[in-house]
Amino acid sequence: MEYLNLFVKSIFVDNMIFAYFLGMCSFLAVSKNVKTAAGLGVAVIFVLLVTLPINYLLNRYVLQPGALSWLGERFASVDLSFLSFIIFIAVIAAIVQIVEMVVEKFSPSLYSSLGIFLPLIAVNCAILGGSLFMQQKDFAGVGESLVYALGSGIGWFLAIVSLAAIREKMSYSNVPPALKGLGITFITVGLMGMAFMTFMGISL
Amino acid sequence: MNAKLKETLLNPIFKGNPITVLVLGICSSLAVTVTLKGALVMALSVIVVTGISSLILSLLRNTIPSRVRIIVQLVVVAMMVILVDQVLKSFEATYAIDKQLSVYIGLIITNCIVMGRIEAFALGNKPLPSFLDGVANGAGYGLILIIVAFFRELLGSGTLFGFDILNRFGYVSNNLVILPPFALILLGCIIWVQRSIQKDLQEK
Repeated sequence: MEYLNLFVKSIFVDNMIFAYFLGMCSFLAVSKNVKTAAGLGVAVIFVLLVTLPINYLLNRYVLQPGALSWLGERFASVDLSFLSFIIFIAVIAAIVQIVEMVVEKFSPSLYSSLGIFLPLIAVNCAILGGSLFMQQKDFAGVGESLVYALGSGIGWFLAIVSLAAIREKMSYSNVPPALKGLGITFITVGLMGMAFMTFMGISL
Repeated sequence: MNAKLKETLLNPIFKGNPITVLVLGICSSLAVTVTLKGALVMALSVIVVTGISSLILSLLRNTIPSRVRIIVQLVVVAMMVILVDQVLKSFEATYAIDKQLSVYIGLIITNCIVMGRIEAFALGNKPLPSFLDGVANGAGYGLILIIVAFFRELLGSGTLFGFDILNRFGYVSNNLVILPPFALILLGCIIWVQRSIQKDLQEK
């Protein structure tokens, strides 16, 4: 039940885009049509699912204050938490590279549809943001971090696919010239965010 | 040469603004604009990070093999962000703001402005212009941040920098302005204004 609650919350209430503005750059750049948007969305879910548990374990057993106590008494007071940014981003960059190679080797068709997006993801704020939020939320186990990764990935996927669908329809409408493109997209995202606000306070 | 340096310094602030024209770095920019103080600290941090990491990478540009350049860039940027974070944490006045900005200081690493300017400018130019380009882009980003924060704090809590401005005239603060979606709508309006003035930026 707790897992389900966390799952629903991370999709709707703590939506990466509408509540925290994470991953906005690629969100705006790659939402011109539904198909590519869905491709990027899937890639984000996938990378989140792989990197979050790894970063969770690193945080728990290496970075947290006192995390190194399994090495012996002398290390019990070591606090490496100032290194967490650099470790997290290194893990993400490395994992993205490995995932790219594995996907290329075993599933060329998936690679050709995800290919361009995978390197982009290393600098997608949603991924690093996921790790930093996970560190802040202090989850009890790997299971929770997995559920959180899946939930926030799906939330991001939902957001980008629905924005892409709206933008496809919007290309037929008559927008003031100065607002065309970027301006109206921002306002649309704002309105979508308001709709997502109605989920606030939900708990199962 | 001097005119060129001036151009490098002034162009990103209005005409080629990284947020409204290049659509970079929106990820971490909107969540920190609830109060002017937070926006100001964030703007200064980004200026420091973009300026100095552009300078360092421009000095290193001839020695970095291009295949591993992304990871080298990430390491340099992450190091700068850790330094900024530690500095903010170590003073009493800024510690509270660092807590309020929470993960968004860490997210400067994946802020597309930093990586984007390094890729597009610092790797192909001499150290001094690169440094100025980094500072100017940080400043252009900061300018938008401060405009958004000005309206959000004024309308949302009736204050500026925590000083009471509107409340004494019986203004009832508008909570909608504090919520995330309004930041997006406000940014859409800023783009609208800018593109009405600069007609050449309008999208067809």
